[in-house]
Amino acid sequence: MQPILQIQGVSKLYEAHQALNKVSFEVPKGSIFGLLGPNGAGKTSLIRIITQITAPDEGRVLFEGQPLQPHHVQQIGYLPEERGLYKKMKVGEQLVYLARLRGLEKGDATQRIKVWADRLDLKPWLNKNVEDLSKGMQQKVQFIATVLHEPKLLILDEPFSGFDPVNANIIRDEILKLRDQGCTVIFSTHRMESVEQMCDYIVLINNSEKVMEGSVREVKSRYRSHTYHVEGTGKLLIMSPDFKVLTQAQQGDQFQAEVQLEPQIGPNQLLRYLTDRVEVHGFQEKIPSIHDIFIKTVTQK
Amino acid sequence: MDKIWLVFQREYLVRVRKKSFIVMTILGPLLMALVMIVPIWLATMSDDTKVVQVLDESGYLKGKFTSTEELKFINVPGPVETAKAAYLESEDAALLYIPKLNLDKPQGIQLFSQKSTSLAMKSNLEKRVREELEEVKFANSGIDQRVLEKIKTPVSIRTVNLSADGEKSSDVEVTTGVGFIGAFLIYLFIFIYGAQIMRGVIEEKTSRILEVMVSSVKPFQLMAGKILGIAAVGLTQFVLWIVLTSAIGGGVSARFDLKRFSDAQINQTMQGMGNEREVQQAQEIHEVVSAAQNLNLPLLIGSFLFYFLGGYLLYGALFGAVGAAVDSETDSQQFMLPITVPLILSFIVAQTIIVKNPNGPVAFWMSMVPFTSPVVMMLRMPFGVPTWELLLSMFFLIAGFIGTIWVAARIYRVGILMYGKKVNYRELSKWLFYKG
Repeated sequence: MQPILQIQGVSKLYEAHQALNKVSFEVPKGSIFGLLGPNGAGKTSLIRIITQITAPDEGRVLFEGQPLQPHHVQQIGYLPEERGLYKKMKVGEQLVYLARLRGLEKGDATQRIKVWADRLDLKPWLNKNVEDLSKGMQQKVQFIATVLHEPKLLILDEPFSGFDPVNANIIRDEILKLRDQGCTVIFSTHRMESVEQMCDYIVLINNSEKVMEGSVREVKSRYRSHTYHVEGTGKLLIMSPDFKVLTQAQQGDQFQAEVQLEPQIGPNQLLRYLTDRVEVHGFQEKIPSIHDIFIKTVTQK
Repeated sequence: MDKIWLVFQREYLVRVRKKSFIVMTILGPLLMALVMIVPIWLATMSDDTKVVQVLDESGYLKGKFTSTEELKFINVPGPVETAKAAYLESEDAALLYIPKLNLDKPQGIQLFSQKSTSLAMKSNLEKRVREELEEVKFANSGIDQRVLEKIKTPVSIRTVNLSADGEKSSDVEVTTGVGFIGAFLIYLFIFIYGAQIMRGVIEEKTSRILEVMVSSVKPFQLMAGKILGIAAVGLTQFVLWIVLTSAIGGGVSARFDLKRFSDAQINQTMQGMGNEREVQQAQEIHEVVSAAQNLNLPLLIGSFLFYFLGGYLLYGALFGAVGAAVDSETDSQQFMLPITVPLILSFIVAQTIIVKNPNGPVAFWMSMVPFTSPVVMMLRMPFGVPTWELLLSMFFLIAGFIGTIWVAARIYRVGILMYGKKVNYRELSKWLFYKG
């Protein structure tokens, strides 16, 4: 299947500062795609290029195989990190206005606003001024404004900031629902647990360059270190060149340890070795979290 | 274009529906009417009658002072010391002391008062004493007062513009007045609504709506819609003011029939009536009215609208750029100064130099430079401006606002997404040449 978005060798230079340096990757259709990176890595610059707020100095961006055109804006929904609303405007009117700017007819917009307001419990607020709404409510309004024109591609920059856990879950479910309906989501955040929960693919940008990409599973397996967490009863004493004990703790006759295997050794060999000597209560492979991978990759360079 | 229209609608509707807009639209004409009516009303209210004691030792003025509504004269006995003492006991306004006088060189007349006297009262008394003394002198030299009245000749010159098309009466006061009102309205409009553009942009910036907006609207469309929308708000307000004011004015002028001052009527009045003063008054009013009628109104209104919009677009774009470059209104001062200086300067120069010499070199050059031409040209228009000058000035103004809009759009584009950074002029000039 053709990817919805192809970033090809994109560079952007602000005076002396290189914001992006030959970044390339593809966003598969119908996926949730995590765009990760520390502050100042160039994520916002890249998003602004995709949304055509700025143009790249070098390279190009293809949307469904075509170079980006102004009319593509109608198929993209963008929720920026720095976001706000007109404070003195009624919620309903404001949503109609934003929807019409993205090419919707007034009638359609009103219809869809009703549906969304019902879904997110905003109905009683449609006739209130934005400034009368709580921050969480305003965030909901912004979310609706982003998805109202049913874009093929959603770009969400820190979508959960400002939400309490209950509302964050509601929004997360809505995002997943949209994905199931065929919408592609680019998801930029620092909250790695939500990346782990939701993303199918990730790309990591650091110092204006792409440093890692792939599906979440693939990335995680790439960062496997063949380390296993073991606990049980007895006194653990490993004396074998095949296994390396990273940490070990003994409490009475209980032990806990992390053991790394040599590349050619399988976990069953370790298990067999252990069952001969101690009583095993727990045995689990230590898979790195995206959080760990993020920190490792970013600090390493 | 669609999007500019959408932005335009929003900017317009949000502002027009504001309570402050409605209140100002209604209050504006009332305030204007108050400004015009209150002084007249106050003037018609007579002050309390003031009593002036007169001690006349010269004998020329005995019983000559006639009391009016404002001043009442009573004679008091001398000598001056007792009169003064008695005056201090009384509550009268003043004591006028006229000593024995040498008619050729009257000296030593004094006015004593417990509070300081007003200038009006002093000059009023001076005039009365002078007139009385003159009369005495006329009588002494054998000139009859009635002969003198006949000799007095009222003169007023009627100014007429002579051109190939024929004669038109003109009136310097009327032309200046019309030009001045036009220039003042433009000046006011640019300031009030230019500042609104700036505030609007700053508000959008602080509420962080801009990043949401620019992903679906080009910054230029956003700026253009805003500037045009606010212009429409201003025009709406002016039109409503004019309608309301003329409704109020209509009520007043219904009692004041202008036909009375037409040429035919005046001739009749002149033949029918001997009272010179009334004829002269009618003549003066006729001149004002006919001069006003003889102004080329379609041209005046047309060029008023042109300079009104042109000047507004020129300055409005710059105000918008300032709004985009700063984070809050308090930071805007350093950038506001270079914008406001030419505007204020043109208004001050207009009041002084250009009124005196509406076709001089200062007037010419200032009506060519787009930053000053809206105000200055409006002032010159009623005096008659050569067509080529008008067209050239309009051309420069159009070029001027295209230029400022270009500059503003570039600053705007970069500025609206820049938060928390203090910019200076060097920074701004760099923004002009950033690539899209």
